[in-house]
Amino acid sequence: MAIDKGQAATGSVAFRLDHGSGVPTYLQLVRQVEQALRLGLLGPGDQLPTVKETVESLAINPNTVMKAYRELEHRGLAAGRPGLGTFIKAKLQRVGGAEQAALARRLAAWMRHAAAAGLDDQSITAMFDAVLRNLHEYEDGMSA
Amino acid sequence: MTVLQASALSKRYRAVFALRDCNLAIPDGSVTGLIGPNGAGKSTLLHLAAGLRRPTTGSIRVLDGLVPGSSSALESVGFVAADAPLYRNMSVAGMLQVSRDLNPVWDGRYAVRRVDELELPLTAKVGALSGGHQAQLALTIALAKRPRLLLLDEPLARLDPLARHQFLGLLMAAVAADGISVIFSSHVLTELGRICDHLVLLSQGRVQLAGQVEEVLAGHEVLTGPADQVTSLPATLAPIRIAQAGAQVHLLVRTHRGREPEPAPAGFAVQPTVLEELVLAYLGEPAATALPGPEFAGPAGPV
Repeated sequence: MAIDKGQAATGSVAFRLDHGSGVPTYLQLVRQVEQALRLGLLGPGDQLPTVKETVESLAINPNTVMKAYRELEHRGLAAGRPGLGTFIKAKLQRVGGAEQAALARRLAAWMRHAAAAGLDDQSITAMFDAVLRNLHEYEDGMSA
Repeated sequence: MTVLQASALSKRYRAVFALRDCNLAIPDGSVTGLIGPNGAGKSTLLHLAAGLRRPTTGSIRVLDGLVPGSSSALESVGFVAADAPLYRNMSVAGMLQVSRDLNPVWDGRYAVRRVDELELPLTAKVGALSGGHQAQLALTIALAKRPRLLLLDEPLARLDPLARHQFLGLLMAAVAADGISVIFSSHVLTELGRICDHLVLLSQGRVQLAGQVEEVLAGHEVLTGPADQVTSLPATLAPIRIAQAGAQVHLLVRTHRGREPEPAPAGFAVQPTVLEELVLAYLGEPAATALPGPEFAGPAGPV
């Protein structure tokens, strides 16, 4: 199979989509850039694939890519340079191991609480997802 | 700025109305999916916009007031008919030559580069190409005319999944690079939500639903609850039944934009809907309409 020409040209992030995930397309792109930053595949100064390259390889509406790049700018991770493209601006704040462990402990405490109240695993997961989604929507609303 | 404006547009073939009293305003820079069952009037609307047919009554304008079929409209509107309008006995090179001679504007470099990228042999007979390659060639020729508005009648119908992906990729790249507007009719719902930012649903010759995809989705939600309480729901919700099993029913209902979100009716749970579900619900209920009004609200937004 031929390597997709559209994606190898610039930057070092190759986008892919999971159409069954239920995660909005623009958010999948945002998360993949963040993931690449975390893994060190992208760093400050790297160019993201152009909108044209991305829509050609993924067959999606250009507005979706522009929305993802705007979101990355809003999160302070990327910046658009008129006529040139969108470039990585900052490193992703890495969360330390100790802090992650502390957060996991507090989440586990909450989950025990929820289980004691009678929620089964599925209900706990559903509630976690719903609250997280509301949080994002609230933040999106604030930034709009 | 509109790329297509229809006012009280009707088209009758002898005794049968193919389109009846359609009002539409499709904004510049949009990618619009034209959806509906066979015989809904999709092709008729595209043929009217391309100037290949004349309205029986009412009016249709393209690109801010141009009469379809006028010389200025012909220069700026590209049209690809359902049957990939190519000369099957001609070679690929011959097809490009003819297209160059027939069109006042012709970007030959673009056409040649595209044919090269598609690895189409210039000497091959057009009729010997795969369905996917024929569709790509027809699209390449349409794009090389540098249109501001591209009309595509069932472009995906005969394409396999890979060819469909490549075709839509090329189309979206043209939208991104040149800001052209696209109106395409399709039966294929799965790609719709990723490609379109606007939607026109036709049913029995009438506009059933039209608007920006995000707004249409925000304007609907799914209620799940007891089937025997459907009649107690307010009529303004205009519920459409999606599925029912025993005592439980899923309903697609309208939300009221610009107002405070109302709590779900007692006994019902609320969930957001997705484009495919919404389109199928409307297709299954041809009498249901939800028009945002004669004007689309605002410029094309993100999907």
